[in-house]
Amino acid sequence: MELLSKSASELASMLVKKEISSVELTKAQLDNIDKLNPKINSYLTVTHELALSQAKQVDDQRAKGESLPALAGVPIAVKDNLATIGIATTAGSKILQGWVPPYDATVVKKILANKMPILGKTNLDEFAMGSSTENSAYGPSLNPWDLTRTPGGSGGGSSSAVASMQAPLAIGSDTGGSIRFPAAVTGTVGVKPTYGAVSRYGLIALGSSLDQVGPVTRNVMDAAMLQDAIAGHDPMDATSLPESLGSMTEAAKNDSVKGLRIGIIKELTGEGFQKGVSEKFNEALEVLVAAGAEIVEVSCPSFQYAIAAYYLIQPAEASSNLARFDSVRFGLRVMPEGAATVEKVMSATREAGFGPEVKRRIILGTYALSSGYYDAYYGSAQKVRTLIQADLAKAFEKADVLVSPTAPTTAFKLGEKQEDPLAMYLNDIATIPANLAGIPGMSLPVGLAKEDNLPVGAQFLAPAREDARLYKVGAVLEKLLEAKWSKKMMDFAPELKVN
Amino acid sequence: MTEITPELVRHLAGLARIEVTEAEVAQFASQLALIVDSVATVKAVASQDIVATSHPIPMANVFREDVVTASLTQEQALSGAADSDSGRFKVSAILDED
Repeated sequence: MELLSKSASELASMLVKKEISSVELTKAQLDNIDKLNPKINSYLTVTHELALSQAKQVDDQRAKGESLPALAGVPIAVKDNLATIGIATTAGSKILQGWVPPYDATVVKKILANKMPILGKTNLDEFAMGSSTENSAYGPSLNPWDLTRTPGGSGGGSSSAVASMQAPLAIGSDTGGSIRFPAAVTGTVGVKPTYGAVSRYGLIALGSSLDQVGPVTRNVMDAAMLQDAIAGHDPMDATSLPESLGSMTEAAKNDSVKGLRIGIIKELTGEGFQKGVSEKFNEALEVLVAAGAEIVEVSCPSFQYAIAAYYLIQPAEASSNLARFDSVRFGLRVMPEGAATVEKVMSATREAGFGPEVKRRIILGTYALSSGYYDAYYGSAQKVRTLIQADLAKAFEKADVLVSPTAPTTAFKLGEKQEDPLAMYLNDIATIPANLAGIPGMSLPVGLAKEDNLPVGAQFLAPAREDARLYKVGAVLEKLLEAKWSKKMMDFAPELKVN
Repeated sequence: MTEITPELVRHLAGLARIEVTEAEVAQFASQLALIVDSVATVKAVASQDIVATSHPIPMANVFREDVVTASLTQEQALSGAADSDSGRFKVSAILDED
């Protein structure tokens, strides 16, 4: 267990020093998955053989003295909405049950090129639509801090895997907070890079103008190393940034916040946030101020429209993206009784294959895009995007990074919000603006809320392409908090009792 | 309160090619009415003279070099299909018989 709670960067250095082999590490990791996954349901597929053969290969290469990438031999979990050759890819949906992709997502190719053994594919809300994993067709994942609660969503499989030492690293995708919200409620680090920094090729699309792939880890340096491993221009993704954003690993070596201007977003503090969340958030700010950072208040009045705009744009894009699940090229086909046209087969397949939240959003998106409503809804939502970008541009004149709590509350109970879509949507109030504006965001654990002893996350935002700023401030805050607690965030976690 | 009638839900589900049960129609109608009411707040900016943003990072005319590269084989492309015949995707009749 001591081995498995080490960070990816520590493991990487042990591998380099040959204190451990990748096969030993991967095997220990798989054993822990076999023990915990039946209860926590972090993984939908565990790839024992593949992981061990990859580990063996990297060990052999190391033995021959070949030069290897920084994270070579460190195993990783991949969210199940990224296509993997030869490994079932479901996106948490029944409509893709049993689908085995004939191609790899670019991010998966990069993981393979970085010689990182793939442990398996992690659970998610169906097509990443949700904040709790309760919309997964394969049952929810549980939060290792309290098994009656959600590990967040949509990437609750990745967050719960990393928080319960079932993986040192995981890949997530973030359309409205699906990396950052799960990170906040599981005491892990989650980063949504600048839109386009990481390729979306092979990511099963939810909202194409919002989706971004990013790292899920237990500390800031690990996230930086993982972002460096997966980022970069990809000709297969027309929205991929052509330029490099520099080394996040170097940024995460920063040790000073002296003179850094940190903007508190007025609209994302105080009312509506759980007391313990606000307390831990404020304590983190005090720590930063004591280290020489300067706090300024900024206002982003258009954030009041962010959730509304998001729940028009995202369902609109989803309704279009999910049209590809037509029973023809991949996935489920359901034949209705009697003579059936292709259209009837399609409708019966989509009825049987999609869960309620996916249907709800497709219908909502279809409504928002239909003639007569388009200008009022979708058109206005796109104007809101412009306003939010303008608010942020102004805020970044006064501050180098912006900060808020990542989520209004700590992890909620499974079942608590399942019947109330609107209440569920509010979890993403602080995370959504970054997706609408395309800017990078990081959620970092800042302690436990007094009233429930559950993790609280602080979210930092930076201007587009300035992801390095997040790692600079995140690395320092993490170090200061660990010094204050005289332990790491995960050392607070209760012992996991399964069976 | 925006009215989302059962007829409208059936119509939208039809456009989206999703069969819906009567129970789903009733449930979606009431839930969508609440959601649409809530998202309708964006209408506050509808009349304002603001440029719409469809993509967060402006980019235009993204092309790659016109070079032939490896792609999926026919067999790979058909590997996920429910049914295929002679190297093609096979589907039911496109048109109704009558």
